[in-house]
Amino acid sequence: MLNMEVIQPDTNNWNLRLYVAGQTPKSLTAFSNLKKICEEHLAGRYTIQVIDLLECPELAEGDQIMAIPTVVRHLPPPVKKLIGDLANSERVLIGLDLRPKGQSI
Amino acid sequence: MRPAEPTLLPPSLLVKSPSGINGLDEITNGGFPQGRPTLICGNAGCGKTVFAMEFLVKGALQCGEPGVFVSFEETADDLRKNFSSLGFDLASLEKEKKIVLSYVHVDKSEIIETGAYDLEGLFIRLEHSINSIGAKRIVLDTIESLFSGFTNDALLRAELRRLFRWLKEKGVTAVITGERGGAALTRQGIEEYVSDCVILLDNRVINQISTRRITIVKYRGSPHGTNEYPFLIDSEGVSVLPITSLELDSHKGHDTRISTGIDDLDKMLGGQGIFKGSTMLISGSAGTGKTSVAGHLAKATCRSNEKCLFFCFEESTNQFLSNMRSIGLDLFSEIERGYLIVKSARPTMHGLEEHLVKIHRLIEETKPSLVIMDPITSFINSGTVSDIGLMLTRLFDYMKIRDITSAFTMLTDGGESQDQASLGISSIADVWISIARIRSKGTLTRELSVVKARGIGHSDSSREVLISSSGVSLAELNRSLPPEIKNAGGR
Repeated sequence: MLNMEVIQPDTNNWNLRLYVAGQTPKSLTAFSNLKKICEEHLAGRYTIQVIDLLECPELAEGDQIMAIPTVVRHLPPPVKKLIGDLANSERVLIGLDLRPKGQSI
Repeated sequence: MRPAEPTLLPPSLLVKSPSGINGLDEITNGGFPQGRPTLICGNAGCGKTVFAMEFLVKGALQCGEPGVFVSFEETADDLRKNFSSLGFDLASLEKEKKIVLSYVHVDKSEIIETGAYDLEGLFIRLEHSINSIGAKRIVLDTIESLFSGFTNDALLRAELRRLFRWLKEKGVTAVITGERGGAALTRQGIEEYVSDCVILLDNRVINQISTRRITIVKYRGSPHGTNEYPFLIDSEGVSVLPITSLELDSHKGHDTRISTGIDDLDKMLGGQGIFKGSTMLISGSAGTGKTSVAGHLAKATCRSNEKCLFFCFEESTNQFLSNMRSIGLDLFSEIERGYLIVKSARPTMHGLEEHLVKIHRLIEETKPSLVIMDPITSFINSGTVSDIGLMLTRLFDYMKIRDITSAFTMLTDGGESQDQASLGISSIADVWISIARIRSKGTLTRELSVVKARGIGHSDSSREVLISSSGVSLAELNRSLPPEIKNAGGR
């Protein structure tokens, strides 16, 4: 991946969707992990929309959901897709572009 | 268990879903196992997707069973376009709620794995699609793409196992396609999960002619054909050519005899000609009158108001008709009456499979009681000798089962090998007539003998073939013939 400066998109409005299938332990873990990370890094400028596919199965196709749980970052663009219960916060941060690659922790 | 049935193939207890694919249901003895998954595997480009799609489309159109096509490779739009060339109007089937096309996009580069997950989302999508039209059939093409989308192999395998169990519980008849990989049937060993019915497709090029083959590797709980069967994909979809060693037993011999159209030949065959539904081979070297003998048979059949289908592989229809007229056989009028159908085609024009599919289709369409092929040796250029022998055997079996009398001529090299029928198909002929050319005292004479005639007391002595403007006749062997009998006909 190229490590270059890009024009920062509007980072004041984060729109995240969390796809789950019922209240399984994995979904609950994923939600609390996501909430924690967002509070830490995006306090006040994010929304999390939880979509339960057991209730709205038709919504799975639009975001090409296969794995559960999945987090889709709709805003800011580009769309990012993270699967799993978000236990590996390092990868979550990379996946959400919250920590630019190459920057030391 | 019930005691064994006396028949060889007891009525299968397994319920089957007809695939609707021409010829496939004969070799699977009725179709795919209903409510269970079937695996279709093969190399790239061997027709897996076409097979799977035809299973769905035919299911929707012929069996009233709606189906879901889950594509992991092509988008729904691509599928609609690609299959319109096979005459499948997927868009309107979708509108009528008979088919759902669902494209599942898998791309590892777009997905970041951050912890434990399962594939419940895929299950939900499948269930949603199935429920939306009350689907009875589903195709997963090709599910192995999942392995390129996720890194956790162990989890995937566990989920696949769950998926197939779930499909069985749902009672949908599933077709799963898989790419051939190395020594295994599929790259990821999907066959391990789909164990009820496994079908292998193959596409190879021999002598610059591509042939597709299908083999039923396994079919749990059901008898099935075990051979490799050729199949063809053309504008009418898939056609498998069994056709059909499984039901050969159903052929019941016939007592009815039909005339060969040559009185003298009938006399050699016990006075009544050949059995209806039998297979007659006429062999001989070039110019011995094989076609003329076949022409007589055709005329005799037409005269008794039965249909005859005549394939000319070496002459054009007009050439054949005028040659026949020169020996006093008026076949024009039989064409006009609708009792004779003559088709001429160069065997090299198509591959062997395509020819046979066309022949099968013509037989289905015209329903003749006699089929003549003149000569079958022309097929030698369109396949290997063993292939041709095999395919022709199947073709003749197919006619036999339908009570169609068949006759074919075969060109032999002359000389010593005259009696050695090539292609190994002399054994399938019930009646074998051989015409040899004998050179003696500076003249050539043709001698006809009945090599074999199953179930018919036939003459063992040879007769001389005389071809005049009033047709073929046979005479006792006599080297000093009146000179006015000239050889008017060709072959």
